[in-house]
Amino acid sequence: MTDMAKASEGTAPAADHPMVRAEGVHKSYGPVEVLKGIDLEVKRGEVFCLIGPSGSGKSTFLRCINHLEKINAGRLWVDGGLVGYQQRGDKLHELKDREVAFQRRDIGMVFQRFNLFPHMTAVENIMEAPVRVKGRSKAEAREQAAQLLERVGLGDKGGNYPSQLSGGQQQRVAIARALAMEPKLMLFDEPTSALDPELVGDVLDVMRQLAEEGMTMVVVTHEMGFAREVGDALVFMDGGVVVESGHPRDVLTNPQHDRTKAFLSKVL
Amino acid sequence: MTGRPEAIKAVPVRHPGRWAGAVVVAVLVAMLLHAFLYNPRFKWDVVGQYLFDDSILRGLLVTLELTALSMVMGVVGGVLLAVMRLSRNRLLAAAAWLFIWVFRGTPVLVQLVFWGFLGALWPKLSIGVPFGPAFWSENTNTLIPTFTAALLGLGLNEAAYMAEIVRAGITSVDEGQTEAAHALGMSRFQTMWRIVLPQAMRVIIPPTGNETISMLKTTSLVSVLALEELFQAGQLIYSRNYQNIPLLIVVSLWYLFLTSILTVGQYYIERHYARGANRTLPPTPVQRIRTLLSSARRSPAAAGAEPVPASGGEELS
Repeated sequence: MTDMAKASEGTAPAADHPMVRAEGVHKSYGPVEVLKGIDLEVKRGEVFCLIGPSGSGKSTFLRCINHLEKINAGRLWVDGGLVGYQQRGDKLHELKDREVAFQRRDIGMVFQRFNLFPHMTAVENIMEAPVRVKGRSKAEAREQAAQLLERVGLGDKGGNYPSQLSGGQQQRVAIARALAMEPKLMLFDEPTSALDPELVGDVLDVMRQLAEEGMTMVVVTHEMGFAREVGDALVFMDGGVVVESGHPRDVLTNPQHDRTKAFLSKVL
Repeated sequence: MTGRPEAIKAVPVRHPGRWAGAVVVAVLVAMLLHAFLYNPRFKWDVVGQYLFDDSILRGLLVTLELTALSMVMGVVGGVLLAVMRLSRNRLLAAAAWLFIWVFRGTPVLVQLVFWGFLGALWPKLSIGVPFGPAFWSENTNTLIPTFTAALLGLGLNEAAYMAEIVRAGITSVDEGQTEAAHALGMSRFQTMWRIVLPQAMRVIIPPTGNETISMLKTTSLVSVLALEELFQAGQLIYSRNYQNIPLLIVVSLWYLFLTSILTVGQYYIERHYARGANRTLPPTPVQRIRTLLSSARRSPAAAGAEPVPASGGEELS
């Protein structure tokens, strides 16, 4: 555990540091540069929405936050700790797989395609990480899973396999699965894009409830209504850069940049 | 309300072609039966006499042991090689590739003979520093008796094939599964063992069943090492009494019996790993027979009206 503690050292933890801080984050796949210098801050307890056309790099940036993607340049901090690296003196050291896994325990992620484990029931999906990663007892994890399912409105579906649930139900189980690790930050990667329109509302309701409880959330979304109602901050990305940012109501109703205006005129 | 319209009672389509085909097949089967049963050279009485002969049964046991142990070696080795091949460590990946290249690229019969001649190649086996002193050494033929040589030959060859099967299984699992597990803070090993491999099993099991059935028959090759398995046991008997054909039939009947059992076992294992992939599991053969019997007992019309997929199908929960 000691080297885990060290991993977050050296970054002078201030009491009021933001939940996520990005400075000049770059990411390329081979010769293609997807992120061209992202600077932003997500405050504690904030619902932070990322919008933009497909290919703008918003999902890639989200995946950088829990180190599913490795950044090529810049710095990225979560809760004051560098993501995926450790600063020792003036040198940056890559974290071991084990240390990266340790960082991810506190960051929940919800995927566009749910990615539930199909060979496990809903309850087993939710229990898996608390039991395997945190070493909880099965009985304790099962009880917690039942409570979480209740919270996302699926108290009676615990014994179902993912293939026996609708898309909206699967996504709510996926949210419960992420919450089971008691994260301090939740990442949502277009959580409603793969859903039938009439199922979107249930998922958004769960997210809204989560926001009201004070969870810090970074949400990549095309749901402008959700962004406007629930969001505390919003960033419009295009071509790997932040084009415009501000309060969702301001950006969505009164965009300053031409590219933002063009994008919003198509989706609103 | 006018009520439900009357159920459709139509004349079913006739299939004269099927009937003609059935007749042709029936005649061919009758001819075949006649050819087998009334040819005195088959000597069915000798077949019966040797079917449960002690040395045949002893050979059968060796065949079963060899099949089971080779498959265990093949599956364990195959998983290991597959994980090595997919490893980010280039050296491990290359070593696995080399192993598979050699053992899949040469005939298993040749490999078996090589293992049999190991004593001629290296009379003593030792553990020590390469090119340096040895700490421990032992006579090769003492260390590797015929059964072990046969096991190594079959098991290592199988591992090379299983490696490719397991690799195909692992790569068939959606990358999102690995990402989801990693995002939850699971380690690489936990992700492989708890999330990826169980799902890969659905792809791995059917060809592994085939491999097991194939292995059961391939064990007959170790007769070249003079190991007394089923086929060799049969050969030894007919080299004394010249009843070649009846003994070959005895041996074939046993192989056929064992492969049939394996086929049934494979069905149940596949069913187990289909969990979560299908909404309802297909009925087991026993359930199917039970459904058939219970519907036959009722009136034919009622049985026909029953929804087919629901009957006997076991709900997942």
